[in-house]
Amino acid sequence: MTAVVASRQVAVGPGGAGHGAAVVVALARRGMARMVARPSLMIPTLLMPLFFIVSFTGAFSSLTRLEGYGASNVYDWMAPYAALQGSVFAGIGGAASAADDIENGFFDRLLLAPGRRLPILLGTAAYSGLRSLIPTTAVLLASSMGGLSLRGGPMGLVCLYAATVGMAVVFCLLGLTVAYRMRTMRSMMLVQVVGFSSMFMSTGQVPLHFMEGWLRVVAGLNPLTDVLQFARQGFLGPLAWSTTWPGMVALVSMVVVTGLAAGRSLGKMVP
Amino acid sequence: MTAGPGLVAALRQTGELARRSVMAERRQLLNILPGLVFPLLLAAVYSRQFSRALAMPGFPEVDSFLDFILPACVVQAVSFGATAAGTELALDIENGFFDRLVASPVARFPILVGRLAGAALVAAIKAAVLVAVFLAFGAEVKGGPAAVLVIMMVAALLVLAIGGVGQVLAIRTGSQEAVAATFPLVFVGIFMSSAFFPTALMSGWFRVVAENNPITWVIDPTRRLVIAGWSTGDAIQAMVVPAAVALVTVSLAVRALHRKLGRS
Repeated sequence: MTAVVASRQVAVGPGGAGHGAAVVVALARRGMARMVARPSLMIPTLLMPLFFIVSFTGAFSSLTRLEGYGASNVYDWMAPYAALQGSVFAGIGGAASAADDIENGFFDRLLLAPGRRLPILLGTAAYSGLRSLIPTTAVLLASSMGGLSLRGGPMGLVCLYAATVGMAVVFCLLGLTVAYRMRTMRSMMLVQVVGFSSMFMSTGQVPLHFMEGWLRVVAGLNPLTDVLQFARQGFLGPLAWSTTWPGMVALVSMVVVTGLAAGRSLGKMVP
Repeated sequence: MTAGPGLVAALRQTGELARRSVMAERRQLLNILPGLVFPLLLAAVYSRQFSRALAMPGFPEVDSFLDFILPACVVQAVSFGATAAGTELALDIENGFFDRLVASPVARFPILVGRLAGAALVAAIKAAVLVAVFLAFGAEVKGGPAAVLVIMMVAALLVLAIGGVGQVLAIRTGSQEAVAATFPLVFVGIFMSSAFFPTALMSGWFRVVAENNPITWVIDPTRRLVIAGWSTGDAIQAMVVPAAVALVTVSLAVRALHRKLGRS
């Protein structure tokens, strides 16, 4: 409802860019306000990535003793992975809030408001991107206690945040594609499985040359591997353009593909 | 009524409620699948990415990572369904079936044990399916069929132990959501154990937690049955821990039920 009120306060017409931007901002703010008001949404967003970083670094810390692992401190390797895992779930959480809106009827009221539908989709994606800042920051703070080093300087942090926000948007759009079609919260389970599996079949825990057989092929083709390398590079050494551009291309491509799919699903839902 | 016919009736009622629990799981195959697919995916990925770790000093002597991870995957698969015994009871409380059961001439004990027995049976079958899939992909259970039987028993006992906690919560809160919230705790418990890596290769406080985690006390002897061969001592140790925990949690559930019925 906040979104509708906010959109009506804009002076430009309901189809204009100013109106669309106001809807995007209002939906993102509504999502964040809802998360702050409901600890049941905030706690998993905060605790799951912390659990990831603690369990991955605790269980697999000895891997750094293996020659060619790529990091002398396990936090340098695992922190970006845990942050990306957290942001994937933040993105799915954003889509789940839209699914909740569909189930409880708020989404129908949004659709009744004047204006284009695209800002509704973009607002949810923006909320997911904002939401991903929480797990990423939490992982960074926890990892800094474990000796996380930022060898690539502040630009390394920029890469990490760009990657995590991008991944949250990608998985939010994927979640919305499913939510607009299936119209249930339960359908988000499917997206969670996709998110977890695709992160799992990347270079999250070990470098590509440690892998064997089919996993090496799959992880090599997995665009999330490029995104991970882009996010991780600032913690392993100086930034390199050869690592940056594949990650950025992978991110942009995934945003475009999932964005088109989500737009199509929304179009089918609202003829 | 004499003790004999009463016991027979209670056993029959337990069997009937266990059958109902198994039928409910069968009807919701989609709920069972993640519990099988996720551990298998984990095994498939870990066996292909951690093979270099097998040569590390401190890693137990093992033919493949698949053998090493088998017990962990069984425990993880079982944990997915373990809370179901509690959530189903909470659902029965929510939708009024529990009240109808209490009003009927069914003994109190079977209301709890029947459901747990059904979940334990499903867990044992799940464990057998997982072991069969692992064997098909080249894993070897050095302890032979007896070790497989122990793995199935461990799976069933773990469900009783975890399901007992779920039932206590179900009786006290009557909320499915509250019972389902215990699942992440089990998940965390598995990750902070020797499930995926030996504790000898861990360090600091994480190693202390993992070594003193009851899940490690179950997984380590079960793993030795798989990678080293049959040992009666390991078989007993693997089953004693979940059996003891199950005894405590099921007793607590029975006590919670008596209190609830005493109040109502």
